[in-house]
Amino acid sequence: MRERFVSVTSELLESNPRTALVLADISAAAFEPARVRHPDRVINVGIREQLMLGVASGLSLTGLRPIAHSYAPFLVERAFEQVKLDLGHQQASAILVSVGASYDWTQGGYTHHSPGDVAVLSTLPGWTIHVPGHPDEMEALLRQAVASDDLVYIRLTQRANSAAHLPDGHQANGRIHLVRPGSKALVVAVGPMLDPVLTAVSDLDVAVAYTTTVRPFDHVGLRQAAPSSDIVLVEPYVAGTSAAEVNLALADRPHRLLSLGTNNRELRRYGTPREHDVAHGLDPAGLRRSIVDFLTSSVS
Amino acid sequence: MSALDVQHGYAQLHALLSRVTGDEKHLPSATSTLDVLWVLYDRVLNVSPDTVDAPDRDRFLLSKGHGPAAYYAVLAAKGFIPTEWLDDVASFLSPLGHHPDRVLVPGVEISSGSLGHGLPIGVGIALGLRAQGLTSPKVYVLVGDAELDEGSNHEAIAYAGAIGLDNLIVTVIDNQSATHGWPGGISSRFSVAGWSTATVDGRDHDAIEHALRTPLPGRPHAVVAVVEPKEE
Repeated sequence: MRERFVSVTSELLESNPRTALVLADISAAAFEPARVRHPDRVINVGIREQLMLGVASGLSLTGLRPIAHSYAPFLVERAFEQVKLDLGHQQASAILVSVGASYDWTQGGYTHHSPGDVAVLSTLPGWTIHVPGHPDEMEALLRQAVASDDLVYIRLTQRANSAAHLPDGHQANGRIHLVRPGSKALVVAVGPMLDPVLTAVSDLDVAVAYTTTVRPFDHVGLRQAAPSSDIVLVEPYVAGTSAAEVNLALADRPHRLLSLGTNNRELRRYGTPREHDVAHGLDPAGLRRSIVDFLTSSVS
Repeated sequence: MSALDVQHGYAQLHALLSRVTGDEKHLPSATSTLDVLWVLYDRVLNVSPDTVDAPDRDRFLLSKGHGPAAYYAVLAAKGFIPTEWLDDVASFLSPLGHHPDRVLVPGVEISSGSLGHGLPIGVGIALGLRAQGLTSPKVYVLVGDAELDEGSNHEAIAYAGAIGLDNLIVTVIDNQSATHGWPGGISSRFSVAGWSTATVDGRDHDAIEHALRTPLPGRPHAVVAVVEPKEE
């Protein structure tokens, strides 16, 4: 997904003179050919994340369309007030593209993990938040974002699904759409959680829906996809990050919601992403266990 | 004739300032930024009420957004905002608050208040103008000596110096209010990073103008404007 981000962004820098890229050393080597071709619009400020976001703001205020990129914790969390004030509050705009996700680099440890990025960014008004599950989805979302003037966060991960889900041909539309029918509950898989969810529920009578986009959250799509009053939300970051959105979508009807995601405690473990999946209950067996427990505890 | 057609001189600033502060006793000298702001808008900046959206205008960023009374008085004196706005600062419907908002006030380039944001944004504007071939406009940023405590400024100072961002001009209003001071001087923080610098009397209009107009080619420029120590 990161390689596709580099190639598509490099192409957009070539074809669209409004596009600009701001880096804080991360991925600078990959973008070096683009920087040589467009030294005024590919800007590496060094290891300075506050400045990276301030520069993105300033570029936007002159009419350019900046993309700022780094590891998720450094992009979203380290200079969060700059995200809040230098972008939205100024009516400036930018596309933030992160790598690393919740624990892509498990061997790197907690400093390079950002299970809370979507949750904290959700506290700010006006942001569109994409969590693509496949490089093709990421490319479609990135191209849409560059063509807009919206505040957009795109969360890259190495944990891609085996196939892309682009219901409108080549356009990702940010909607919740049904992947598999079923009757007892709706399981909503966000981004890279789709493949583990499909494996987990392969023999269960539940519907599975998919979305790449959690802000704005597709309330109508959720209502249309739900076959019953039981909802399971599976997100690849802090459990419950979008729970309030589900409850808002179903505010007019009694419903039950199981929110799955990373459990919000620090593991202090290295190892592999699959081992971390197990620790958070996000591997297919863990997901299945939680979903079966939820279904069998139903009062209906 | 509308209110915006009236232009006021420096002699009228005191009266305009008093309308913001509701305080007749304080002289303009009580406001550390007043003279630098006046020189910028009266003699230096290539921007007017008619060109607040022109791509080739000079940009002025008030990073030190605390106590914007002098800023509002100068904007009113120069016709950017109606003088009537000065009589109702910080009410629910007033466009003028205790920190300025660029979305609400014509001619205000950034919304400030939280310290340390203006200089990094100014670097981005300077880069954005350069990237679009706009070589004539300059970006002026006003910061305070205490505001320099914020580390974000030092990210911007180091980077702008390293790349020779010569369309960027910073004025530091030095009223000696930084809690731990700046041993070795404020200008050295800029010069060591490759900036050209000048230190002037922040009440001397000719000296301020001269300092703002004499950057060295190929370098960003910093003017330290020294005023009276902040009253406790």
